[in-house]
Formats: sequence, structure tokens, C-alpha cells
Amino acid sequence: MAADKTAYLGRSVERLEDPPLVTGAARFVADISFPGQLHMRVVRSSYAHGEIISIDTSEARLMPGVVAVWTAEDIADIGPVDFRADRAAEGLKPYRQPVLAKGRVRYVGDPVAAVFAEDPYLAEDAAESVVIEVEELPVIVSADDPPGEFAAGRGTEAAVMHHSYGDIDAAFANAERVIALDLRTGRHSGVPMETRGAIGRYDAAKDMLELHGAAKVPHRNQETLVRMLGRDPSRVHVHECHVGGGFGVRGELYPEDILVLVAAMRLGRPVKWIEDRQEHLMCANQGREQHHLARVAVDAEGRILGIDDEFFHDQGGYVRTHGSNVANRTMCTITGPYRVPAFRAVCHFRLTNKTPCATYRAPGRYESTFVRERLMDAIATELGIDPIEVRKRNLIAADEMPYTIAFDEPHVSDMVLDSGDYAGLLDKAAAAFGWEALRVELDRRRADGELVGAGIGMFVEEGGRGPTDGARIAVDANGDVEVITGGASLGQGFETTMAQICAEALGVDYRRVRVIHGHTDLIPYGIGAHATRATVMTGSAVNVAALMVREIAIDAAAEMLQTPADELDINDGTVVRRDGPTGPSVTLGEIARRLAPGAAGPGQGDPGQGNPGLAAEGFFTTKDTVFPYGVHLAVVRIDRGTGQVAVERFMVAYDVGRAVNPMMIEGQLVGGCIQGLGGALYEEFVYDEEGQPMAVTLADYLVPSLREAPDIEVLITEDAPSPLNPLGLKSAGEGGINGVGAAIAGAIGDAIGDPGAVRRLPLTPGRVRDLLRQADAASPGTP
Amino acid sequence: MKPAAFEYHAPKTIAEAVALLAEVAPDDGRILAGGQSLVPTMAFRLARPAHLVDINGVDGLDRLYLDGNELSIGACVRHAAFHRPVVDGRLGLLLSSIVRHIAHYPIRQRGTFCGSLAQADPASEWCLTAVTLDGTMTAKSVRGSRTIGAQDFIEGIMTTALADDELLTEARLPIPPDDTRFGFCEFNRIAGGFAVAMVLAAYGLKDGVITRPRLGVGGVEERPRRIPEAEQALEGRSPGAQAFRAASAAAAGAVDPMEDINTSADYRRDLVATLTLRALESAWS
Ligand SMILES: Cc1cc2nc3c(=O)[nH]c(=O)nc-3n(C[C@H](O)[C@H](O)[C@H](O)COP(=O)(O)OP(=O)(O)OC[C@H]3O[C@@H](n4cnc5c(N)ncnc54)[C@H](O)[C@@H]3O)c2cc1C
Repeated sequence: MAADKTAYLGRSVERLEDPPLVTGAARFVADISFPGQLHMRVVRSSYAHGEIISIDTSEARLMPGVVAVWTAEDIADIGPVDFRADRAAEGLKPYRQPVLAKGRVRYVGDPVAAVFAEDPYLAEDAAESVVIEVEELPVIVSADDPPGEFAAGRGTEAAVMHHSYGDIDAAFANAERVIALDLRTGRHSGVPMETRGAIGRYDAAKDMLELHGAAKVPHRNQETLVRMLGRDPSRVHVHECHVGGGFGVRGELYPEDILVLVAAMRLGRPVKWIEDRQEHLMCANQGREQHHLARVAVDAEGRILGIDDEFFHDQGGYVRTHGSNVANRTMCTITGPYRVPAFRAVCHFRLTNKTPCATYRAPGRYESTFVRERLMDAIATELGIDPIEVRKRNLIAADEMPYTIAFDEPHVSDMVLDSGDYAGLLDKAAAAFGWEALRVELDRRRADGELVGAGIGMFVEEGGRGPTDGARIAVDANGDVEVITGGASLGQGFETTMAQICAEALGVDYRRVRVIHGHTDLIPYGIGAHATRATVMTGSAVNVAALMVREIAIDAAAEMLQTPADELDINDGTVVRRDGPTGPSVTLGEIARRLAPGAAGPGQGDPGQGNPGLAAEGFFTTKDTVFPYGVHLAVVRIDRGTGQVAVERFMVAYDVGRAVNPMMIEGQLVGGCIQGLGGALYEEFVYDEEGQPMAVTLADYLVPSLREAPDIEVLITEDAPSPLNPLGLKSAGEGGINGVGAAIAGAIGDAIGDPGAVRRLPLTPGRVRDLLRQADAASPGTP
Repeated sequence: MKPAAFEYHAPKTIAEAVALLAEVAPDDGRILAGGQSLVPTMAFRLARPAHLVDINGVDGLDRLYLDGNELSIGACVRHAAFHRPVVDGRLGLLLSSIVRHIAHYPIRQRGTFCGSLAQADPASEWCLTAVTLDGTMTAKSVRGSRTIGAQDFIEGIMTTALADDELLTEARLPIPPDDTRFGFCEFNRIAGGFAVAMVLAAYGLKDGVITRPRLGVGGVEERPRRIPEAEQALEGRSPGAQAFRAASAAAAGAVDPMEDINTSADYRRDLVATLTLRALESAWS
């Protein structure tokens, strides 16, 4: 491998985390066991809404191997699962989920009791014998329904939220055209290969409480646990194992995490809980279900004058750790990459009797992009303008950057789009996709009777939100580098990314960099891995720390080699003269030995005093967000006889600012895109009118597999590095999924010959067939 | 998703197996074949047999052979055995094209042909095959042995003519005449999923017209069945768009489709029309 010092940033080097994963040596939470552990089984409500009359645990308590059975009364001192500190919302607090249902059950799957037993089979036997008597209450299955009662004197409309700017009434009064659409995104969510899992362990000798199986946001969760359990921050720590996918769903705190911790302390034995797939599909956070009544005002050329959107957000049974974040992100991103002079969004944030919702990859943005791009397609159709042209007329121009969207509401922070050449990316994507030729080809095929069409989804992503993250880097006597972060790895390649950034800044082989993450006892802070910020925040901090270590090394080497520091460079772990790598040199390992506490100090031969060795701690702070952006292009073919949609081609074009490892970014974009196809075509958590979930196995909740996935074409650009961090980094985690629903909807509309026809996701074959019938009815005589 | 406790039995011979079954059947004892339907239902605790009689070690049940004019498929013959044609001619090809619609590769390595029949899922490909091709089933118990025709064997959604103490030892498919053409067409939403609807068509040709037409529909009603109205629309007609369309309309008109939250009866009926046409066309091409 080339040891050139610029060799690591921007190269598709192999992932450091793969060997244990592909050899089976990885250890996921289910692989972890502690001596003497108990197994927990949660008894869940089978009613969507009702008053708990009684819970009879007497039979369960007497069963062999059962150590304890708890209901809400047994943990009356523990409050509801709290919001994350950065999501605190006073008005929503009454809607938080109790650890075990108190008084009422509010969705099918709501935890009512917990059984602790010697093995998971016995725990399940005992759980079955718990009898819950419930008096059923009226069930609300849709956020469209009139709000009902959440608790005495408290309605299910937990909030009505407003975002606005500009003179919206004038915009609509002056409009040449007003287009109104009624749009729905279906309820779906992340379904990681590994379900959730948690092990609580209390070490009485050290008074230390540990949660194993944490993911995503270890430090944020530690903070919440400290608050909820009233323990010292140094006496509760969370530990990440290998994690088989997160997607926003995995790694939030849920009732089960609290239960295993409290039980570990009170029962004096480690307590293990592994979620089964049915539980996952009933209890883990769901998302996306919104109903928008959106209107756009345009001038005669199709330029947007204003967007006015009222929508209904289905939050499910409780408000979870994120508060109303998803709805907020929806409202902030509806305008996307376009210049929208006036804007108003009103969100009815409503609870229903279904599984609670929270963030799923591109939260709020998959939804808002669907709404916005449906509006763009409708403008194109109404005014007879080409869909690419109508977008270009409205895109924010590169020379308008940074572009500030300031909302009237004082509590809503501005969106400052940091950099971007949106039209440039649209041009590149269209060219790479062969858009012009494609249109001709599709026209020809349609004339031959095929149902084929193309669609566009254009969007601005957001990520790298601050405020601060840090990293500690130390070089050992062997010259190997350890990077300690408060980051988290969900399989996205965190270790490799950090190692590449460190290697680049320090001048070592990235394979000699060991990256630590996911353990709150090793570092007291950490931003985790959520909302695509790890590379931006933790990566920038690693860069800062590595540059500090580099400076220490060069200063020490300058003394050791009796050479001015500015004549030295670090190459493959060795400090050498810039002008002649053959001259005197010293390795980082040698320098580390010289700088070790107690060793002779550099140059003087005195023992080093209070020296931390060849090590540094660096921080990166920003108050801003980075905004990468993308274009999704899709070609679909509909089977007229079945309504089945085949995705013939799909392109993700994405400007990532600076690509640390293009191969891994491509992986993120492709994986995200296939997940997006799930929400566009296959996946839906359907409930019946009693609130019974109808998709609680993977036979009913259809996740696309490789067989359904087309080859995704990827175009990664680096045209607009972020001015907000030294490496120009933006984020890549959610750009593959954001625009998929929009692009597929557009393509299906195009194929049917009625671009505005699609109003709802997912486009199941039955729904597509209904659209075909409508189209046939509207224009009799077509084949 | 952990099954309730059960007692496990592993007989070595058919005689032992049926004796055991006679003993435990009254106490909710069941046969365990490939386990690909039974074990998931036990994991969900929708089934909680007190005894399992595992037939995987029973001598002779894994035989798959041509017996005169019939293909004999033993109780432990896996789906995967059909990945390659098991007999010369069009039947072998047909079975190997059908088997690819059943679940996923690993499941096909364990699940059995006879287990599918005993399970009688309305969307089972093998149930449709057996019914359309007039297969027969051999049931054994301590009381003796009997042969049951496929249409009588499958009584409804997951119910068969098997008594609790009966072991299905083999299924037999008659080898159709050499000139028989087959077409199979299935619709499911994702690869490996259960069929939303499927059609199996078979016919011969005599003097340029269709003879011995068979048209079976599965996944649509509570059990697969042949559709006489569609067969009549084909009999004696020359193969081609006109006859196929007529049969397609007749099949769609004759079925009484099931409905579920994702699939309306109307939509299933449309699928029957589409799939019938495609199955007939594919048999012809
Ligand atoms: C994810 C998944 C997808 C699937 N998709 C399909 C599909 O698309 N099409 C399809 O047809 N099937 C599908 N299946 C089911 C699969 O084909 C099963 O293998 C089959 O239905 C049952 O066969 P088995 O040998 O596994 O039977 P088991 O699961 O062992 O038994 C099933 C039932 O039949 C009884 N039984 C089994 N053998 C006998 C016998 N010889 N005598 C008496 N009773 C017996 C058992 O007691 C039990 O009640 C799927 C399964 C899974 C898990």
C-alpha cells in the first residue's frame, strides 16, 4: 500500500470492521451472557386501547424457574421513559410511555408485565399465564379521526405546531395557479437484521450498573438513565456490542432497557432480554405515517410563490425519546432545495392506538420530499412544463449560498443551507442517466403499449448537527494508534472512517489505527451515530486530535533529530526529513517511548514529568448543520395484469461534500435506496379498525430483498464541500433513502400517463391496479 | 417465540411411527417432517403439540421413484429434490419450475412435499399441483392403509382428510401423456413469499385442438381446485388468444376469492384472469 500521506482520505480502502463480521467472530448482544443471568419476557397488551381492570400474575409466580413477575405497581418509583435532553418538550411530557402500562393500555404490544425466569422458555411459559383483564375503550387508528381522550382531561392531539415565514396569504392571492394535493405516506420503519436486545448487570461490589446492547447514542442514553434512575453518572454505564443495523430505530431507550436495569439491581442478578421479530414489528419505533393537505401557489412560469401545508402526524400510542422531532423535521424540510418565498405548515401531532413512532432513516424528510416533489410534478403537469425544467426554475442557485430560511416562530431555528450547486447536480444526474434519450425511449415504449415511466426526487439532506464532539488519540510504544471516541457503530463503517481521517492527519497506515466507540466508561462524552453526524462531528474531532498528536510528534522528533520542525514530515508512521526520506528518521513508536511518563524527556535526558505520552484530546464544535443534497431518478415498468411495479433503473446522485471512503458511501446510498423502495412499494404496518396490527411477521411485512432490488446506479459528487468544517465533510447516511418515495411515485404516475395520480405510499400492486382502473375510466379507448 | 414444552419421539420404522402416533395422537401428538410450517407455528405458540413424532429418521420415507406410470414421493422427500427434473419429460421440468416458487432455498432443503400436502395451506404450490394432476395420497395408521385422491384429501384451509393417527407415507403423481403441455404462473409480492394467486394449466393437442384440458387455481379460494368452466372453454378449441381469453374469463368468473386486509376479492379475481391467460400462453409457447 502506498504510504503517501494523502493516501487515506478519499480512497475506497477495505473496511477494518469486516474480518470479525465475515468470520463469525462478531458478538452481538444475544451472544453475550453473564453468569447467573435471568431472562426477561414482557407480557404485552393484546388490546389497542383499554382500561386495565386487573392483572393476575398469581399462576406465573408459582411456575418453576420464575423469580419475579412485575407490573407497574412493582416499579412505581420509576418514571416514564424520558425524552432525550436535547428533545425535551414540556407540553409532551404527559404523553411519555410508562415502563409498564399504568391504568391504560394504548396499543397492541404495550408492556403490561415482566416475567423474570431462569431460562427464556420458562419465562415465556409464565408470561402466557398472566391474565390481563381490560375494559375496552374507543380505538383511534388514524390521525385523520377526530382527536379523542388520551387520559382524563387530556386529548390525543398532543400539539398543533406551526412553521411559517413570508406573506402566505398574498402569495396565494397573487397566484396564477393554485394546486392542492391530498397526500399520504404509509407507516413503515427500519427492520434491522438484529432485533433489539438488552442486558442489565449490577456489580454490587463496585456499585456499578451496566447496560449491554446499547447502540446509536450511548452517551445520550446514559444521560437519560442517570436522570431516570437517579444514579451518579459514573455509576451507570452503557456498552455497545456488535450491532446488526440501526436505522434510527435501534438504540433509542425503550421500556425494556429500563426494565432490565431496574431488575438487575433489585433481583441481584444480570437480566437479559432479546426481542423477537414479532415484538420488533409490534413494539420498536415505527414511522412515516402522515397525511398532508398541501397547496402550492405558482406564477405563470411555474415559479413557486408559496407553499401551504396542513398535515396530520400519526404518533401512535405514546411520545417516545424524540419528542416531536420527526414532525419538526418534516416542517423544516418541506421547501427542500427550492426558493419558496412564503411558507406555512401546520402539523397536527396526534396520538393514535398504534405502535409509537419516532425516527427512521431520513426522518420527516422522506415524507416531506414525497410531498414537495409531488407538488413539483403537479406544477409541471398543470403548466405543461418539463419536470426537470420546472425544478430548475425553482432551485436555489449556487451563488445564493449560504441561503438562510428564517422562520417566524422564535423557537424554530433558522435553516442555513451551507453550500450547494443544486442545478449542477441535477444536470449531472440527468446526463449520467441519459434523461433526454430515456424520455424518447419511454415514449416509444408507451406507444407500444408498455406501462413505463420515469420520476424524479430532489432533496436537501441535513446532518452533522453539533454542538460538540471530541476524540482522544494515543500512540503506543509500538507505533500503533488508539482513537477513543464516544461514537457508535451500527455497521456503517465508523471505525474505518475514523481510522482514515486519523491516518491522513497523522501520517500512519489506517490499518494501525484502532478505533474505540460505544463505551461510556472510556470517555465521558460522545455524540453517537444518529442523524448522519458521526463523520462530520466525530470525524472532525478526530482530525483535530490527530493534528495535535502530529504536532507533538514532530516537535519531539525535531529535538531528537536536531532538525527544525518545519523540515519534518510523518510518512507511514515515521518522522522523516521533507527533503530526503533517506536521512535520519524516528518512528512514532520511538517518540511515544520517549514521551511516556517516567521516560527520559526528549533531548534532555531528564525523566519526563507529568507527560501524557504521545497523545492528545481534540474537540470540534459547530452551531451549524451541513446540508448535502441529492437527486433520485427512477424508471419503472408496471405489469398491467397484476399491478406489480418493477424498478428497471434507479440512480442516486448525491453531493457529499467530501467523500472519505467512496465505497462505503456507495454502500450507504445503495442500502438506503433499497430501504426506500421498501417504503415506496412493499412495506406497510397495516392495522385493522380495532387497532390490531396485521403485519407482525416478515410474511406480512414485506421487506425487499436482493431479488427485488435493481442495480442502483450511484453518482457521488464533491462539488460543494461544507465551509463549516476543515475537511469539507457532509453526511451520507440518509441520502440514499430520502427521495425514493418521491421518485417512484413520479415514475408510476408517468407510466400511467397521469403524473398526478399517485397520492399515497406504498404503491402496493392492489393500489396500482386501482390507479390503472381510474386512468382507464378517465380515458376510455386506451389499451 | 419459544415453543411450549413437548415430548420428542424419533421412530425408526413406519410401523413404529404409526404405533407411536396412535398412542400420542389423542394427547395432541403430531408428525414432525421438515418443520418449516410446524416449528414457526409452535414458536408463535399457535400450535402446542404435547408430542412430536419426528419422521426424519424413518427408514424408506425419503424415496422418490418412478413406479410404473406414477411418480412416488415419500414423506421425507424435500422440496429441494425437485430443483432438477426428477423424471424425464415435461412433468420433471414442470415440477422444477414450480418448486422455485416455494419459499427460499434453505427452507426448500428441509420442507417436504408431503408436509406441504398435510399442511394444506391454500397457497401451497404442491397442493395445487396434486389437485390439478389428480395425485393420490397414501395414509397409514395402525388401523391400516388407505388411498385418498388429492381433491378429497384437501378439505379446506389447513384441514385434510388425514385422521389424527394417520401418517401420510407417500404422494403419487400420475405421469401424464407425453404430449401434455404445462404452464404454471404465480403472483406474489416478493420473492419467496406465499402466492397471492396461482394457476396451473395442462392440456394435450389432438388434430390441432385442445384435449384433456386441466386448469387449477390455488391461493384464491380456501383450497385449490380445478375450474370446470375454464376447462370447458378450452376443450376442443384450437389453442390461441381466443380460447385462452375465454378460459381466462371463465376462470375469473367461477372463483369465489378470499379477501384479506391487503387483497380484495376483486383484485384476486383480476389476478386469476391474468394468471390463467399467462399459464395457458406459457403452456403453448
Ligand atoms: C418463510 C417461509 C416461506 C414459505 N413459503 C412457502 C411457499 O411459498 N409455498 C409453500 O407451499 N410453502 C411455503 N412454506 C412452507 C413450507 O413449504 C413447508 O415446508 C411446508 O408447508 C410443510 O412441510 P414440512 O415438511 O416443513 O412440514 P412440517 O412443518 O414438519 O409439518 C407441517 C404439518 O404437516 C404435518 N405433517 C407433515 N408431514 C406429515 C406426514 N407425512 N403425515 C402426516 N402429517 C404430516 C405436521 O404434523 C404439521 O402439522 C414456507 C415456509 C416458510 C418458513
